[in-house]
Amino acid sequence: MENLNSYLIVSAILFSIGTIGVLTRKNAIVIFLSIELIQNAVNLTFVAFSRHLGNLDGQVFVFFVMTVAAAEAAVGLALMIAFYNNKESIDVDDVNLMKW
Amino acid sequence: METLFFAIITLVAIVSAILVISCKNPINSALSLVMTFFCLATYYVMLDAPFMAAVQVMVYAGAIMVLIVFTIMLLNIRVDATKKHTHKVVLGSIIGFFTLINTVFLLLKGHVAVPTGPYSGEMIKQLGHTELIGKEMFTNFLLPFEITSILLLVAIVGAVILAKKKL
Repeated sequence: MENLNSYLIVSAILFSIGTIGVLTRKNAIVIFLSIELIQNAVNLTFVAFSRHLGNLDGQVFVFFVMTVAAAEAAVGLALMIAFYNNKESIDVDDVNLMKW
Repeated sequence: METLFFAIITLVAIVSAILVISCKNPINSALSLVMTFFCLATYYVMLDAPFMAAVQVMVYAGAIMVLIVFTIMLLNIRVDATKKHTHKVVLGSIIGFFTLINTVFLLLKGHVAVPTGPYSGEMIKQLGHTELIGKEMFTNFLLPFEITSILLLVAIVGAVILAKKKL
């Protein structure tokens, strides 16, 4: 087992890459994938700390994060399909109906 | 030996994570994300959490990614390379870079707490990881576990209603 810090730094790098993806991409599905990447980086932190502290609460929490991710995937993709049916596009710049 | 293995896995994870945000075609992004998930499952095995690794591969790389890939194929989006948004790329990269600097700075300056819980590596290997997780989940975390089922029910109903053309 490596030491805790190396896992945390890997997690920080993955989190930052996910943040860049959310901020720079226009395609709604790629933004969604970046959010999944961020969630997984946080999961890695949970498991690394749980192993380090000798406490399994973090790993049970990862289960709940996975459940929320599954629910989010179902509802988010349904939203994208509904939006695509209306606008023929999933570019986030086209989601401007409630702007101003 | 394990350090070398860790370095290789880290390299693969970071390269595939960069591919997720840089590929033009969403299908390629999704497949790179599956690669990242497998690297994370390897990390979980190295952290003495084999059950988490199995769940990661089955639920994330299996179920959720199949759902996303199905949606990408269903929408059949054309790859549009004509539009460029360079100013936004620069700004987003700067913000992401500062996030990284901030977290790494905190990690290097902080002091990690000493182990306090009862579960050591030897105990996990002896009793089995799945059994310990199950005990924890069905005793201390029983109420959140039950609430999760309501969340999934809401998600099912919400997805069906949102994806319907007419109610």
